[in-house]
Amino acid sequence: MIDDLPGARQGAPRGWYAVAGFAMRVIVDRLSKTYRDRGGQEVAALEDVALRVEPEEFVAVLGPSGCGKSTLLGIMAGLLPANSGQVFFEGARRGGQPLTATVFQEFALFPWRTVQGNVEFGLEELGAAPAERKERAARFIAMTGLEGFEGKFPHQLSGGMRQRVGIARALAVDPAVLLMDEPFSALDAQTRTLMMEELLGIWERTRTSIVYVTHNIQEAVYMADRVVVFSRRPGRVLDVVPIELERPRHEGQMGEPAFVQAGERIWKLIKSQAQAALREGGA
Amino acid sequence: MMAVERVAVTDRAAFLRRREYRALRVVALVGLVVLWELVTRTGWVSSLFLPSPLGVIGELVDMARSGQLFVHLGVSLRRLLWGFALGSVAGVAVGVSTGFFSRMEAVGQPLIAATFPIPKIALLPLLILWLGIGEPSKVAVIALGVFFPMAINTYAGVRQADPLLVRAAVAFGAGRWSVIRKVVLPSALPMIFAGLKLGAGTALLLLVAAEMIAADSGIGFLVLHAGNIMDTTKLMVGIVCLSVLGVLSHWALTGLERAAIPWRYTS
Repeated sequence: MIDDLPGARQGAPRGWYAVAGFAMRVIVDRLSKTYRDRGGQEVAALEDVALRVEPEEFVAVLGPSGCGKSTLLGIMAGLLPANSGQVFFEGARRGGQPLTATVFQEFALFPWRTVQGNVEFGLEELGAAPAERKERAARFIAMTGLEGFEGKFPHQLSGGMRQRVGIARALAVDPAVLLMDEPFSALDAQTRTLMMEELLGIWERTRTSIVYVTHNIQEAVYMADRVVVFSRRPGRVLDVVPIELERPRHEGQMGEPAFVQAGERIWKLIKSQAQAALREGGA
Repeated sequence: MMAVERVAVTDRAAFLRRREYRALRVVALVGLVVLWELVTRTGWVSSLFLPSPLGVIGELVDMARSGQLFVHLGVSLRRLLWGFALGSVAGVAVGVSTGFFSRMEAVGQPLIAATFPIPKIALLPLLILWLGIGEPSKVAVIALGVFFPMAINTYAGVRQADPLLVRAAVAFGAGRWSVIRKVVLPSALPMIFAGLKLGAGTALLLLVAAEMIAADSGIGFLVLHAGNIMDTTKLMVGIVCLSVLGVLSHWALTGLERAAIPWRYTS
């Protein structure tokens, strides 16, 4: 995914997964998740959610706030247990390539680590040798436009730069799937637009499958191959909307009929849901 | 034509702004010493009750020349450093384990809550019984005094670790020990240093107390002994030494903190 040739991962730590012509598919199989809130009440976050992520696919998961999108990512990342259902990585090998890497909405960078240290974090945990860590980190620091900032601490960077570090840190471990939890929603509108473009550029080069959670329709349509539309809590899949726009995508496509129609279709699906959420007083 | 009245906006928050009066800080300190010297020179106060600053400095130089000062200082420093090191290492270890492992918390918290309020100096007789009148009992009482603020602060620091960062670390493959070493400990560092500073004060207090109760050397002994023979100048030398020790340890810890927590002090 990262190198041009399949299996040509000279830079990868030992034991990394690489089989020519074989790519990984993610299967989310009827997941349900209920929380117990502080009052001891059971709250259903996800209900019978099923979806697939094909190799090299960019899937957006879209829904109103509090629809359990983040819960889905948490379960996929192995950070939360599901009540029922399972997530499979078809074609994966135990102890091989990391299944997922997450880019967090709040960046979640380690404040005591420099940019370099943050990007190397996942590689450290994989047991990569220092020289290799450095080399791989340098590659993704360059790819995300962070050159010259290697020695800076997160608090010395702008929001956009911080999230670049978050993306570089995630890509550096070469995950089977990149999980992105509203990665740009903490950024200002201009920065967000620029970061979307950059992410698409990076994705064109790495072709790592992405599950991208957002509540922004335009963002989802602009970037994704398919948009999985979620209902309000408990999150259910309302529909999956394929986006038939040419790649590589560019801003000019935002006026195209396919773009507008897809957006309208999604809005129709979630409008009533959003209205109901509004009446309830939000999430 | 009538002139239109204009009201200019004035800065009403001016009195809230705090200025830094650097010179005043120096003047205050120097002023106190000068005043003290003047009072002793006029002869209003007998030098038995209040020796002059110059006299104290003279005595300090004499004691340094004879080596007497360094004997006492050396003995005290050794007790202080051993006690401080043992107490803080144990405190951090207990703080991290009770903060991170809920089973350790269940065991440790009631024990700490029950033993923390005991004034540590009250344990000195017991410690002397157990460890003898020599160095170990003095080191132990200082270590105990340092242990509690360290354990409690470290525990609080560990509990404050951002759960998002812990999650992020786990998402990138970190296990229990990696999380402790790479997330929990750095998160707790500011609290650990606050604990060290608190502990340094406690250590000095217990050092002097222990040396006054059961010692024939050390700064605490020097102060008590000088008082007994009404050698007020020597007594003041001891007090000045303690004050300098206190200030220096605070400086050293602040410097160490800046070196250990660079992400807090780089702009």
